[in-house]
Amino acid sequence: MDRFVFLTLDGLSRGAVYAAFALALVLIWRAARIVNFAQGAMAVAAAYAAYSVSAATGSYWLGFVAALAVGLLLGAVVDVAVMRFVDHRSPLNPVIVALGLVLLIQAVLGMVYGNEFRPAAAPFSRSALTVGGLAVLSPYDVFVFAAVGTVGAALAWIFTRTAVGLRMRAAAFAPEVSRLLGVNVGGMLTLGWALASGVGALAGMLVIPTELGLHPHAMDLVFVSAFTAAVVGGLDSPPGAIVGGVGVGLLLSYVSGYAGGDLIPLAVLVLLLAVLLVRPGGLFAPVTARRV
Amino acid sequence: MSATGVAAPPATRAPRPEGRPEGRRVPTLLRHLGLAAVAASALLAVSYGLEPFRNFQLATVAAYLCATAGLTILTGLNGQLSLGHGALMAVGAYTVALTQDAFADRGRTGGGLLVVSLVAAVATSVAVGAVVGVAAARLRGPYLAGVTLAVAVVVPALTVTFDGVLNGEQGLPVPVAPPPAALGPYFPYERWQLWVAGSATLLCLVLLANLVRSRYGRTFRAVRDDEIAARLAGIHVARTQVLAFVVSAAGAGLGGALLAVLAQSVSPGAFSLTLSLFLLMAVVIGGLGRLAGALWGAALLVALPDLTHTLTDLLTLSPAAAQRLEGNLPLAIFGSTLVVVMIAAPGGVQGLLSRLARTLRDRWRAGRR
Repeated sequence: MDRFVFLTLDGLSRGAVYAAFALALVLIWRAARIVNFAQGAMAVAAAYAAYSVSAATGSYWLGFVAALAVGLLLGAVVDVAVMRFVDHRSPLNPVIVALGLVLLIQAVLGMVYGNEFRPAAAPFSRSALTVGGLAVLSPYDVFVFAAVGTVGAALAWIFTRTAVGLRMRAAAFAPEVSRLLGVNVGGMLTLGWALASGVGALAGMLVIPTELGLHPHAMDLVFVSAFTAAVVGGLDSPPGAIVGGVGVGLLLSYVSGYAGGDLIPLAVLVLLLAVLLVRPGGLFAPVTARRV
Repeated sequence: MSATGVAAPPATRAPRPEGRPEGRRVPTLLRHLGLAAVAASALLAVSYGLEPFRNFQLATVAAYLCATAGLTILTGLNGQLSLGHGALMAVGAYTVALTQDAFADRGRTGGGLLVVSLVAAVATSVAVGAVVGVAAARLRGPYLAGVTLAVAVVVPALTVTFDGVLNGEQGLPVPVAPPPAALGPYFPYERWQLWVAGSATLLCLVLLANLVRSRYGRTFRAVRDDEIAARLAGIHVARTQVLAFVVSAAGAGLGGALLAVLAQSVSPGAFSLTLSLFLLMAVVIGGLGRLAGALWGAALLVALPDLTHTLTDLLTLSPAAAQRLEGNLPLAIFGSTLVVVMIAAPGGVQGLLSRLARTLRDRWRAGRR
């Protein structure tokens, strides 16, 4: 029972990060109908920027802020400099271009920082506190929950309560009409990319200290897990991404706790296939009429 | 991308890749066999003219060519994106390793056994490809890319899960018999490697080229261009997609197996996600939808690391910096080339070449009149 409680809490903390990363994927999908396969590499780039800033200033928090800033900037740059010029008629094209970006970003990081694992600092202790003899959350887990909760609430507030959020939703939903009504559709798209990439950078900062460390490929498996989370939620729904992220986190925590950590990649693949084959639209998709 | 040159309307006389005038058309199979015979004799001549290392590189090109040709059929002709072909290569490579090890354990050696192992590798990757293909046939665009990406990440990790059989990160040796004694005691091993890889690849290419020109090739393209129209025309779309996946998996499995035979070892590091992305880069840069594009792609995969090695040798760098640059520069070049090609010239190298050839021929014809 103790073990079950511990694995559940660990899964929730892991799931919060997947949820944030899945949220980033969903944001871009909603804005541009692109699954950003370069999300993981962009998050790693932001984490390396944090590493450099922290090493230069000696402060974790300056590095943290730098990661978010680099994440926002990178998202905007990718949209303005690359994605805007891609022919979107075939859904394969943006995917292939994003994969090109993955190779490019990972190669540049490898050239600058080298291809070895670097230790990534965590701002709080990662050893679990015990309450009444039961191992529960670590201070770092609490930090993860707080950070993801804050970002989720901030995004919800931006999209539902502010004028910019309304314009972003309008631009994604009906670009032509929005343009006629005076919305800067391209600008809103860039803003969407920046926000998503910033959220992705945050998720990267949160997950990398709990994995092997900083490495150009550090987010490969995290990306696959988060993609699974987004698919579970239906790719289109931010609450779905959060539920999917928590679900995937819990599942992976139980698999690694009861069956062995080696099986995590296999569990992700099986879950992804199962969801896509049984309910391709995700758990939260409304039932739509079949297209013929 | 779906509108690659293969599907040019017949009214404008779609230029055939061989550029042969329409009047004296040779049966497809004969033509392909003829081309293969020409290629084989060219390869034979080249194998005597080149130094051993170049022979080895050419053999590696041949191995990659099987995989890129298979991926060209899947992505270029059938419109299904796969990021998991590196993993399918791993399936072929590990099968060859396991069967060759099993033969060696029983004290059996000889060239004929390699053929058995290669066939086993193709059969295994066909089986795996069928499983993935059945799932793939139900998925579209980013979903398909996501699943195949998961395959690419997961399959190398399985070598650690099944540590006992696959020996984890260390990988397995692939015992390969030496060249036959009839070729003489001083026959260079690399030349033998080129002969083995080259003949397997030519066989694979003849089969694939015939498939492309056959009824099945036409149904592949029809499904790529318009699924609904294809269904209305009586094509079983899902079956066609699974078939395309299986065929391309066979190519990838053979390519991986040849790679393992050439390196005489397999390890998960050689079949990472990066390899899967490289294969995709290769077919896109070479030119989607044309088998000839697969050749450019495969050649690039081998030539680019070599070129960057030469380049970093020219620059005077500290050994650590040189090592970093050498490992990552090809990746950076591939990545940026991919982005640029996708935006500026979706036809790839082969698309540019055939556009050039068309222009030249038109000009020559206009001059004759």
